[in-house]
Amino acid sequence: MASIAGKKSGLTWAVHISVAALVLLWLFPTVGLFVSSFRTADQISSSGWWAALFPSEQNEVYRTSDPDETRVADGDQFIVTGNIFEGEPRDIRSWGVSSRDVSAYQTGETADMGDGESLTLQADGSYVWKGNDKQISGRGQRVFVTATVPPEFTWQNYATILFSGTGQDNMGKAFFNTLTVTIPATIIPIVIAAFAAYALAWMEFPGRALLIAAVVALLVVPLQLALIPLLRLHLAVGIGKGYMGVWLAHTAFGMPLAVYLLRNYMVGLPRDIIENAKVDGATDFQIFTRIILPLSFPALASFAIFQFLWTWNDLLVAKVFLIDATGSTTVMTNQIVELLGTRGGNWEILATAAFVSIAVPLFVFFAMQRYLVRGLLAGSVK
Amino acid sequence: MLSDNPALLGLTTIVIGVGACLAYFFFSNVFIDKVLFPARGPNAGRNINRANMIRPWLFLFPALFALTLYLAYPVFETLRLSLTDRSQGGAFVGLANYRQMMNEAKFWEAVRNNMLWLIVVPAASTAFGLLVAQLTDRIRWGNFAKSLIFMPMAISFVGASVIFKLIYDTRAADQNQIGVLNAIWLKFDGGIGSIVFLQLLPTLLLLAFALVVAYVAWTFVRGIVAQGQDKSVWLLPLRLLIAVAGVWLIWISLNSALSLWITDVPYGEPQTWLTLPLWNNFFLMVVLIWIQTGFAMVILSAALRGIPEETVEAAIVDGANPFQIFFKIKVPQIMGTIVVVWTTITLTVLKVFDIVFAMTNGQWETQVLANYMYDKLFRANDWGVGSASAIIIMLLVTPILVWNVYNARKEMK
Repeated sequence: MASIAGKKSGLTWAVHISVAALVLLWLFPTVGLFVSSFRTADQISSSGWWAALFPSEQNEVYRTSDPDETRVADGDQFIVTGNIFEGEPRDIRSWGVSSRDVSAYQTGETADMGDGESLTLQADGSYVWKGNDKQISGRGQRVFVTATVPPEFTWQNYATILFSGTGQDNMGKAFFNTLTVTIPATIIPIVIAAFAAYALAWMEFPGRALLIAAVVALLVVPLQLALIPLLRLHLAVGIGKGYMGVWLAHTAFGMPLAVYLLRNYMVGLPRDIIENAKVDGATDFQIFTRIILPLSFPALASFAIFQFLWTWNDLLVAKVFLIDATGSTTVMTNQIVELLGTRGGNWEILATAAFVSIAVPLFVFFAMQRYLVRGLLAGSVK
Repeated sequence: MLSDNPALLGLTTIVIGVGACLAYFFFSNVFIDKVLFPARGPNAGRNINRANMIRPWLFLFPALFALTLYLAYPVFETLRLSLTDRSQGGAFVGLANYRQMMNEAKFWEAVRNNMLWLIVVPAASTAFGLLVAQLTDRIRWGNFAKSLIFMPMAISFVGASVIFKLIYDTRAADQNQIGVLNAIWLKFDGGIGSIVFLQLLPTLLLLAFALVVAYVAWTFVRGIVAQGQDKSVWLLPLRLLIAVAGVWLIWISLNSALSLWITDVPYGEPQTWLTLPLWNNFFLMVVLIWIQTGFAMVILSAALRGIPEETVEAAIVDGANPFQIFFKIKVPQIMGTIVVVWTTITLTVLKVFDIVFAMTNGQWETQVLANYMYDKLFRANDWGVGSASAIIIMLLVTPILVWNVYNARKEMK
């Protein structure tokens, strides 16, 4: 646009940089959770997750081998040689022989410990410890090493959360419970709403405008109002708390948006096709199933994604209509909230549990983003 | 056996549910066409008309039934429950529940916090959304950037709460901080950097905010003062209300700007962010803003694309700079969409429950109405007060409901 005026906008670079900054800012929280879910409990509590991406510096204490067994005489002196790492090499930054100054020396340097006693440490961890009979005896000399440790990640948390964990730490059952709630609660409202939307879009009958207005009104009614009356109703008719109740509730709560989205889409379909079909003798039922339904696929997909995300991510409806005192039907969101209460400090459990529940919606989101955007644009009341 | 295996139960439900729906639609159509009003015999014409009068209702019935029973009826039932007392066997007690609620400090705390949420979250989400929509509009990787900022929409409020709890995590002062916010906070030591980032910059932002509010309020007040413009009576209170709210906001922001300079800041001490009264509300709001910005961005981005090119070109020819083009040409043209985004986010905010429930459960003065209601219903088992607070939420939603219906009807005509 700016090029129309004949010069390139000087703001272009500023735009690129600020967009990049915003994107990073928005990604940062999720990445933190993602990275944390691959770290062990010790790693999480010893450093921030951002440190996990880079090699970290760790202070470690080693001991040379026992001088009484391994020392070798060399004139009037004794020597102990060996390797402090014993098969687990580290990248040494600095080292020392006293806890007061743990990084006094570089590798290859020799520490003078007084009275002729000395210790030389090489980069590969091999050392030479020299001294007289009295100095080279007793326990091995302590060596303080500041080492660079490469980033380390583990699948262990996921194994625990999905399979081997016990009690609250195992999300396997909750995962399937969530799936059990979600799939019927996504498919059934589509069928019901599609018929209603067709009637509201293409059939003439008195009171149609009023019904559409009512749907728009119900679109914004907070479901908080529905909790007690419906729970009472469910208990009274014997559905109680359970899957049936939560399916019914989700179906009904998704209905206004479903009818509204689908009706708006169907109204925009070409009138000619429908009238031609009518002239050819097709019934309304045939028109609906053979013409309208296939043509409305984008709108159906949009609503399906909305309803899927909403039922998968829901906490309130599940808490009220599904989860009974035994807790055997708990869903993932609810289990995570319980974990927040009982395992508030165990971030390896929390982060992994949260990411397990987030992963499926994220996948659906990236796979079907186009339909989601289309649905959003059609669904916001203009 | 079915109840043992939820997956099987779910599958059966899908088959039975979908099958039953389709069977209902199919056979009810067959029934009126073939049995009740057959298009044969002496009354064929009349029968066809009758069948066509009934058919819409056949199509509508299941949806209408669900809407009525699960959404319309509860509104009235909740209203009735809010006027009764469960412990007295559901006796009618008039406004006693409301009176009891009004006397609770926790309720007023929830109302105050909800008002804060209602101002901050829609404003911030819309502003960020508009900013991103405009910035990504003309760059090549704009769609990629947008899809990443849109991503939090797919994350549950509970998941987002865990994500942000990690950010707000606190460790003792002698340990490494694992929460980003504390790690950054400890970098500030009261030196020049702290003054610039924690005092100067926020002050400028607050002053800018106050200026914007003053400008908006003035445009509304000018309508009252100016002669010869539309003097519709019912707009006057609205204008006055906006003006008063504007003055209040300006006062608040100037006050906060001042307090930035006079309060002592505990540099070098890790903070437990979620227990700092008043501030913790903002830390909770950040979660919702993070989620809702993507929504605002998607809608506003589409609106920006819909702006006629000619208007922008004309402005460029007239020598407008990019900021003028954005604020004076683009924003006025998408004002309608901005209002839609704003009201939609407002609705989300009014119902916000999961975030507060998962992060603080209303402790440390973070209560909001939806969580207050849940507390009353399922912890205190007080259906009367719980219903009363649900009715308060409904009352707050009602203006938007009326506005939406009004617009939808206008559009259909």
